[in-house]
Amino acid sequence: MSQETISGTDPSPDADDESLISPSPGADAVGHERTTGEQSETRTVVETQALDVYYGEERALQEIDIEIPAEKVTAIIGPSGCGKSTFLRCINRMNDLVDSARVEGELLFEGKNVYDADVDPVALRRRIGMVFQAPNPFPKSIYDNVAYGLRVQDDTENLDERVETALRRAALWDEVNDRLDESALDLSGGQQQRLCIARAIAPDPDVLLMDEPASALDPVATSQIEDLIEELAQDYTVVIVTHNMQQAARISDKTAVFLTGGELVEFDDTGVVFENPEHQRVEDYITGKFG
Amino acid sequence: MSRESTHVDLTGDAVSRSAKERGVWLLLLTCAALSVFVTFGIIGTLLFDAIDFFTEVSPVAFFTGTDWSPAIKPYSFGVLPLVTNTLLVTVLSALIALPLGVASAIYLSEYASDRVRSVLKPGLEVLAGIPTVVYGYFGLVYITPALDVVLPVSTFNALSASIVVGIMIIPMVSSISEDAMSSVPDSLREAGYGLGATKFEVSTGVVVPAAASGIVSSFVLALSRAIGETMAVVVAAGQSPTMITASNVDTVLFNSIQTMTSAMIELGVSDLSGGTTAYKALFAIGLTLFSITFVMNLISTLVARRFQEEYQ
Ligand SMILES: Nc1ncnc2c1ncn2[C@@H]1O[C@H](COP(=O)(O)OP(=O)(O)OP(=O)(O)O)[C@@H](O)[C@H]1O
Ligand SMILES: [Mg+2]
Repeated sequence: MSQETISGTDPSPDADDESLISPSPGADAVGHERTTGEQSETRTVVETQALDVYYGEERALQEIDIEIPAEKVTAIIGPSGCGKSTFLRCINRMNDLVDSARVEGELLFEGKNVYDADVDPVALRRRIGMVFQAPNPFPKSIYDNVAYGLRVQDDTENLDERVETALRRAALWDEVNDRLDESALDLSGGQQQRLCIARAIAPDPDVLLMDEPASALDPVATSQIEDLIEELAQDYTVVIVTHNMQQAARISDKTAVFLTGGELVEFDDTGVVFENPEHQRVEDYITGKFG
Repeated sequence: MSRESTHVDLTGDAVSRSAKERGVWLLLLTCAALSVFVTFGIIGTLLFDAIDFFTEVSPVAFFTGTDWSPAIKPYSFGVLPLVTNTLLVTVLSALIALPLGVASAIYLSEYASDRVRSVLKPGLEVLAGIPTVVYGYFGLVYITPALDVVLPVSTFNALSASIVVGIMIIPMVSSISEDAMSSVPDSLREAGYGLGATKFEVSTGVVVPAAASGIVSSFVLALSRAIGETMAVVVAAGQSPTMITASNVDTVLFNSIQTMTSAMIELGVSDLSGGTTAYKALFAIGLTLFSITFVMNLISTLVARRFQEEYQ
């Protein structure tokens, strides 16, 4: 796995399918060494500086400045359409897939601006896993779903073992260990979402982005996923979008509140945001007076 | 309409409407029945005349004979040369059309911009509208001379015919496969990209397998079309039935052959009268051809269903 670099020096022969690789991988090594400096207990993994996102002419995020700490759960809450998914998809450059999307400002991952010309989004996404709002397993076997990321990353040593580990961590192993070669589409919705989590963590990314991972699930499956997230936060940096305030309060260390218009209004320790928010607008939103 | 009720009138036009709906139902039923009837009629005629043929030529001689000579003495009605020649054209044209068709479907569905696609896709489909005899002459007049520069081909040859049939069925493969790929939900592509797959890996490892049932259907339709293709093959490959054996398998494609359909054309337009064995052989070949395409369609339905189950 290309753990060391997200620049376009990725060994994969297919890497040049993406039009976004560097002309020259060393050229920028100077400018971006600032953020990794603080090696104290809260190291910053993802940091944005004046991040703006436009869809065509419409501005979806404005001037976002945020520092997401390593090995913590950061929750992103806010009313529908305020840009939560947009923000999440900026981090692993999924917005590259949207033709009309345009990003300005900087988004630093481990100190490196991921929108620099020499960054290969494929390499970036290998280090930043993603779980989507609706479960989206491939129409393949359970095993092949979990193994997919490892296979495209040419990292197939001890494949069986790593598939098992990922499934165990996603609290799915006991339910599926006797039918790994059956189609993933035969699983229930909650199982499918846990499978998607297993699939995302199997290649061992540094950061896990989750966009409302429990929104399609019943309370039991939801609490399973919440337990799982808390456990994952021991080694992963988790950024989770949720519409569920209680969920954000329960599982996150930090909470970011986006409000309509794509503004990041408040970002602080979860306890502070929920009990003693700085802004009236945030308090109104959290107490349900708005949205 | 008679109504004597003093109460609210709810009778409406129910009576006349139901008569009309019955009429529509009857009409539609007649149409459906007619097409079924015609189909069975055709199969019946085929069967009837083929059985007649088999009273004169034994089925064993027909299905295992390696010499086809219905008009020149000594007569011989071995269908194997025609069957192998048909398979030759089908296999060669499939070798051309399936990879190219799937590749262009992948390009159209995954790589092309909307604008490029909106020009290319209809353009490709125009290929399907060209009369097949035109393809035949295209092969005879342009492809064969071009091949002749590098290969020992004769004027009429199986290779040219296979190439034109291949070109002819590409749109069928690409268009149906493209439809299947376009209907694969974007959420699956995002899942692939999210795991660090490249565009090529997403296209081939996620989209193509997810669209497998549609792609397989396109293959089967295209193969059936190739098996049944007549005019292009008659024009480009001539009419020399050639039993394919281990000794000529390397040269047969440079020479003239004759497929089942083109043999049927020859029998049909020659001045054979209705009573002769050769004329009846027409129906025996037709029946054989029908059985082959029927079995293919059956297989395709089974295969498509197998893939279908996997995908939603
Ligand atoms: N692909 C797109 N093309 C154009 N506009 C988009 C696109 N995706 C999002 N937007 C717009 O950007 C804004 C933010 O959308 P986003 O999906 O990020 O909101 P969200 O906070 O995730 O909402 P929700 O809670 O409903 O998921 C919205 O106004 C939306 O209409
Ligand atoms: Mg969203």
